[in-house]
Amino acid sequence: MIVVDKPGMLTTVQDLGRHGLRERGICPGGALDTLALRLANRLVGNRDDAAGLEITMGGCELRFEQDGRIALAGDDFGAQLDGAPVWPCWSTPVATGQTLRLGGANKLSAKAGLRSWLAVSGGIDVPLLLGSRSTDLKAGFGGHQGRALKRGDRLPLGRSALDAQQQARRAFGLRPPAWNADCDDEAIALRVMPGPEYAQFTVASRDAFWREPWQITPQSNRMGSRLVGPELQRLKRSIDMLSSGVIPGTVQVPPSGQPIILMGDAQTTGGYPRIGVVIRADQWKLAQAPLKGWLRMVQVGAAEAHVAWEEQQHYLELVAQGLQAAGWPTAH
Amino acid sequence: MSGVSGLSATLPRMHSLGDAALLCELPAPATLAAQQKIWALADEARQWPGVTEVLPGMNNLSLIYEPGRVDSEELEARVAAIWPRLAANAIVGRHIEIPVYYGGEGGPDLGDVARHTGLTPAEVVRQHSAAEYIVYLLGFLPGFAFLGGLAPALATPRRTEPRTAVPAGSVGIGGEQTGVYPLVSPGGWQLIGRTSVRLFDPQAAEPTLLRPGDRVRFVAERVEFA
Repeated sequence: MIVVDKPGMLTTVQDLGRHGLRERGICPGGALDTLALRLANRLVGNRDDAAGLEITMGGCELRFEQDGRIALAGDDFGAQLDGAPVWPCWSTPVATGQTLRLGGANKLSAKAGLRSWLAVSGGIDVPLLLGSRSTDLKAGFGGHQGRALKRGDRLPLGRSALDAQQQARRAFGLRPPAWNADCDDEAIALRVMPGPEYAQFTVASRDAFWREPWQITPQSNRMGSRLVGPELQRLKRSIDMLSSGVIPGTVQVPPSGQPIILMGDAQTTGGYPRIGVVIRADQWKLAQAPLKGWLRMVQVGAAEAHVAWEEQQHYLELVAQGLQAAGWPTAH
Repeated sequence: MSGVSGLSATLPRMHSLGDAALLCELPAPATLAAQQKIWALADEARQWPGVTEVLPGMNNLSLIYEPGRVDSEELEARVAAIWPRLAANAIVGRHIEIPVYYGGEGGPDLGDVARHTGLTPAEVVRQHSAAEYIVYLLGFLPGFAFLGGLAPALATPRRTEPRTAVPAGSVGIGGEQTGVYPLVSPGGWQLIGRTSVRLFDPQAAEPTLLRPGDRVRFVAERVEFA
């Protein structure tokens, strides 16, 4: 059992998402950075789809009522376990009675972030609803009682795949995924494929979309990251759109001309033109990008998107091999 | 294939929606015949290897797929091959009745809709409960159905001040559309009644009452005029 002594601004139970139900209006949700949750889960001997905690802006305190292991991925928010630092992408043993404290964003890390994902050996054992343990905040179901965590919440843990010896092993870490292909100006580069309505934007707006930096506004949440930059305009003859499917990564442009990149909790259909879609391999960067941080959109085609995805799978494969060589349970 | 002349010949426009989804979109205008072919395509595509989800929109369909198992060229070819062979009447929706308490506490805007349309509240209720509606798609919220078939005489603009919390089960009119809010949510539609039927239940094996293609009737269980 884990006891929530301080929930932080927004901490929710999430797994890899609730899939297959979009045609019923049910969004996939889940950890916004599934790569981070996968890594954290592997580090504590869990399956990839075990539920963990998505912690937004740090500021939370969790007390452990049983022995186990923990791993954080994303910003570590200067995490400390009873005063000892806990690094991101490290697997750390935790003993009954210890407290994990997360402060504010860690300015020392390469990219001070917005979110972190915590895995605990055994996984957070909330009931499976519609195939997932993820919290759907908008619809109020799933996760822990369909809501963000509150002080005093008690979270049950599942059965861990680690034996006593593995559980007690000293801390070890792995190399976090690289923020490669990034810009000189500290902006985070997102690779984007042109969307179905790309051609409806003026030449100047299309050009600005790729050339100008975009800032993430504080009005962003799990439904979408709202950006501010030059106003994107459609050609005058463009007609109104009918409801059409949207997926995480979709960059839609409402009449304000300021784009919104949709995330896991966005509704399943939308009516705004889609200028682009962030490729799957780069969505973790958006999930971690800090509020008021800068983004750049880099145009790619399907072939480059495919290579990027393969590279990420290769990285995960190397992680699995490394853990296996170290005698760690690896059932993904 | 009756009543869809011209439509069968026109292939949907296809465009990638990122690196793991393909949009198939028919030219305007949206018609019931076109939407029926969208549902028929969805029904076929959900059985194709590598297609993990189908998502009907209005006059369009998104296919979500696993790029390791199928690629967009292959999917485009499959859509092009099957499209001329799809029958518009292939999907037979279920008939679903939704009991409604019109007016009163659950339908505070019934009077406003009557004033706007120039009808009596009783006539608004009569027309709203006389029609058969068709579920074009679900979206916006879990279990929220976009319904076609509202009598044009009942069309009423959205409220100028949207409500911050519309109760679950509220039946509303927004412009030329009508529908039921499955959950408490913000909303700008004119509320004319409420149903006690659950449109979304995450605990149920069938989490939503409605599916694309279903036919819906609202049954007036009680009418209360202010």
